[in-house]
Amino acid sequence: MSQPFRLDHDGRIHRDAPLQFTFDGRPIDAFRGDTVASALLANGVALVGRSFKYHRPRGIVSAGAEDPNAFVQLGHGARTLPNRLATVTPATPGLEVRHVNAWPSLDFDLMSAFGLAAPFIPAGFYYKTLMWPRRLWPLYEHFLRHAAGLGHAPDAPDPDRYDHVHAHCDVLVVGAGPAGLAAARAAAQSGARVIVADEQAEFGGGLLSTAQRVDGLPAPQWADAATAELSSAPDVTVLSNTTAFGLYESNLVLLAERLHSHQPDNAGSESGARVWRVLPKQVVLATGAHERPLLFANNDRPGVMLAGAISTYLNRYAVAPGSRAVLFTNNDSAYRTALDLADAGVPVAAIADVRLESDGDLPSQARAQGIPIHTGAVVVQAHGRGRVSAAELCSVGGAPLGTVECDLLGVSGGFAPALHLHAQAGAPMTWNPQIAAFAPQPSHDIHPAGAVTGHLDLSSALRQGTAAGAAAAAAAGCSNGHTPAAPRAAETPSSDLEPYWLPPGDLARAKPQFVDLHEDVTLDDLRLSLREGFESIEHVKRYTTLGMGPDQGKLANPLATGVIAQLLGRDPASVGTPRHRPAYSPVSLGAIAGRHIGPLADPVRVTPMQEWHESAGARFENVGQWRRAWYYPHPGESMHEAVARECLAVRHRVGILDYSTLGKIEITGPDAGEFLDRVYTNAWKRLRPGRCRYGLMLGEDGMIFDDGVTARLENQRYLMFTSTANAAPVLAWLEQWLQTEWTDLRVYLTSVSEHWSNIALAGPRSRQVLAAAGTDIPLARQDFPFMTFRQGHVAGVPARVFRISFSGELSYEINVPADRARHVWEALFDAGRPFGITPYGTETMHVLRAEKGFIIVGQETDGSVTPDDVGLGRLLSRRKDFLGKRSLSRPDSVRLDRKQLVGLLTDDPAQVLPEGGHIVDAPGRRRPLPMRGHVTSSYFSPVLGRSIALAMISGGRATLGGRLYVATLDEDRWLPARSCHHVFYDPHGARQHV
Amino acid sequence: MLLIPCPWCGPREDDEFTFGGEADIPRPADPDALTDEQWADYLFMRDNRRGHHREQWCHTAGCRRWFVVERDTVTNEILGASTYGDSQ
Repeated sequence: MSQPFRLDHDGRIHRDAPLQFTFDGRPIDAFRGDTVASALLANGVALVGRSFKYHRPRGIVSAGAEDPNAFVQLGHGARTLPNRLATVTPATPGLEVRHVNAWPSLDFDLMSAFGLAAPFIPAGFYYKTLMWPRRLWPLYEHFLRHAAGLGHAPDAPDPDRYDHVHAHCDVLVVGAGPAGLAAARAAAQSGARVIVADEQAEFGGGLLSTAQRVDGLPAPQWADAATAELSSAPDVTVLSNTTAFGLYESNLVLLAERLHSHQPDNAGSESGARVWRVLPKQVVLATGAHERPLLFANNDRPGVMLAGAISTYLNRYAVAPGSRAVLFTNNDSAYRTALDLADAGVPVAAIADVRLESDGDLPSQARAQGIPIHTGAVVVQAHGRGRVSAAELCSVGGAPLGTVECDLLGVSGGFAPALHLHAQAGAPMTWNPQIAAFAPQPSHDIHPAGAVTGHLDLSSALRQGTAAGAAAAAAAGCSNGHTPAAPRAAETPSSDLEPYWLPPGDLARAKPQFVDLHEDVTLDDLRLSLREGFESIEHVKRYTTLGMGPDQGKLANPLATGVIAQLLGRDPASVGTPRHRPAYSPVSLGAIAGRHIGPLADPVRVTPMQEWHESAGARFENVGQWRRAWYYPHPGESMHEAVARECLAVRHRVGILDYSTLGKIEITGPDAGEFLDRVYTNAWKRLRPGRCRYGLMLGEDGMIFDDGVTARLENQRYLMFTSTANAAPVLAWLEQWLQTEWTDLRVYLTSVSEHWSNIALAGPRSRQVLAAAGTDIPLARQDFPFMTFRQGHVAGVPARVFRISFSGELSYEINVPADRARHVWEALFDAGRPFGITPYGTETMHVLRAEKGFIIVGQETDGSVTPDDVGLGRLLSRRKDFLGKRSLSRPDSVRLDRKQLVGLLTDDPAQVLPEGGHIVDAPGRRRPLPMRGHVTSSYFSPVLGRSIALAMISGGRATLGGRLYVATLDEDRWLPARSCHHVFYDPHGARQHV
Repeated sequence: MLLIPCPWCGPREDDEFTFGGEADIPRPADPDALTDEQWADYLFMRDNRRGHHREQWCHTAGCRRWFVVERDTVTNEILGASTYGDSQ
């Protein structure tokens, strides 16, 4: 294409660096310095997308992040990026750009039938109309989702890299327009460490599109000089293509820096984006203002643009966005656009000014140039289908003023401060009637400067920026006595704007008038919302989806505030604005995730024996962050077969289990015994050194919190085992009591979970294996009885050996320093070969403990289970207080119908019950069926040759032997079972005492 | 994000800390002397205060010490931190 709308002089584009990209496959000629949007306009592409709901043709509205229409898809395949704004995406060679919301093609959109057949679908229509018949909703939803697409996600994992940067600085300046550049300079000159970020590829903001002068230089040249000065300053970080998208408590500001080169020939990965987490001491918000659109019929036609954007395209990009313009305004700024158009040789056919008088400096210049100016006039309708072809004018009283042909209709309803970040932080804002918009109030660490304060002229932006930069640096403690001077620009007096929200009289009924172009929210939708009683702006938002698009209603919300105020006859200040939330602009999910993906998403904790388990063919399961060996299948063996083999090996011979993941806390100090007495339900002070005891820990609500064995290693030294998943919570809980409540106790806690690895030998031959591996600990029954602890060596390594058992068999839990654990494990395994030693995993461990009726915290218990509920009432000391004791006599804790732990034996011994299955007395179709309880653990027991299950049953212990039925996912299928005592195997514990 | 001033380690991001609820709720010296209502009050009832709130935090990923933070629950502004040694 020949760029028919490119002006032949000026602009910031590099005419010596032409490039080409594609839009929907068509080649587009551009220059370095163009955005995708400016290049499309230079090539006369008016239609860039279809609207979200009605699929109406839409064009480029703005020249920045506020655009509601210019969302495009970049690239293809795994590296594609949806919903990027053409207005802030630099044009780069070979870039692939596609429209996002038209089907089958942008020029011929079937979905626009929505706009023809059912002229306007009111807000809430889908939910009111498509609900019946209800079974068809999935079908409707499928169609609606297809109709309302918004780009598409990549079809494969993104090969690019995304990074997070953590940064600190004295002053963060958001925005590098005149106020931001002045502020960054002033702060840097005061000696502050500065970060300055701007969402555009080039710094300068409004300076790049004005003919004004700063310090005697043309504004763009001054911006270049200021940027160069900042870039070379030692303590200033300059970030372009970087959007500050969130401001949080403690002044945390998140910046998204876009780095994608989108070079199609780049086959490998590159850094796609960085998210900066910046903690500045002070923030200067120089975020500018967004021009407000105006309401009239068909105000969404391509060719309707913000007046300021027209000036930007003319001056910065040397693009005329049309060939004959009409301007519609309620303030002076559009007159500057009129002069810019006239300068560029684009005829201005009319200016419609809401105000009855316009005699400021700029209007006078425009009048002197012979531009037709209609005061007290408004545009009430745009004509044309694919693009605006004429504007219909009226007096503010409603009298027709004729139709003016044009292909460009510039609108300016005044400027609304871009106070999004300020508002996200919860900082105060007030209604400023002079600009008919909300403006931010400074707080002690946020300094607004420039257009965001409501002052729009260049000279005050430079002054305010300088003052804010210096004040922020001083507040951050940086002051070197240097008082920066503000750059100078000519004062440009302008007269006040005249708020204009609704067209006069019946013209306000004309259809359609779009308040939110992205979400296709019309003036009628707002009326409907108010009529149905949704008057709060937050309700209007939710009823109509106002401001819910990826543009976050940057243009729509400031307009809606005034429109709603006028419809309700209220003060706009009382209407307010919808709450601003991050993100200000879309941020790619990859950037938010950063490197926290794949293996780095969450730490994986492994024991020193991990490689051994892998080479033994173990399957693994995740227990919290731990990776634990689950079972060790032989070739060709199913899980069921492997677990059965492992279970029988432990019951008949010997098994070896890596139990290193158990939480281990050393408790030392003269008051350690007293401390254990307070946190455990049973008595501890009289436990002799060398002995172990099982303990239950309750919350203050009396419910089981954790359980495990604690050994008294020495007089003032205990070792507490906690469940794997509860290691950290138990330590935090114990520390909390020690540090906040029992500060007089001389007790010290140390987590030694990863210091000591734990190897369990279990089975009738475990004593022989331990002896064969070599130990200086006497192993005879009388020397080392059940529930005792001995210190010595195993396989030449210092070891703490505990004769405790979670399987019900003769068992030794051997704790050795982690760095020697693999050696000890292999020594035990080798020594065990003649005895048929079998490694077993967590699944077998679970089966063995269930056969013995041992509970697992978090499986049998769920935070609502007392010790008595699981048959452990005998562990409750009567002679002392302990945490949770008082709660055990609360009326709820002594209810007779509390769920109690029982065993379940199915009528069919081969039937393994579904864990979590609900239990009833009698099956039936009536609903709801009274529930008796639920299955908590369920396995096939190889040693018993049948299935077993544990269950929590209301009043269960009083009705042992009774028939019960377990529900399945098939509501007609019930599994009959009888309840029984919860210890299935070796009920008197003979096997562990040998 | 909250920047929490740990009395031992200095200001750190909130993801290093564990929240421990309202501070200054001492455990009754003799729980058995309390009625069910009084015990339930200790167990369950919290002020859910709007404005200045004294609350417990633990520097879990740091020094592992519990301490008291005073925070404005409306603005999330942190007004100070004190150790248990200071307050008792």
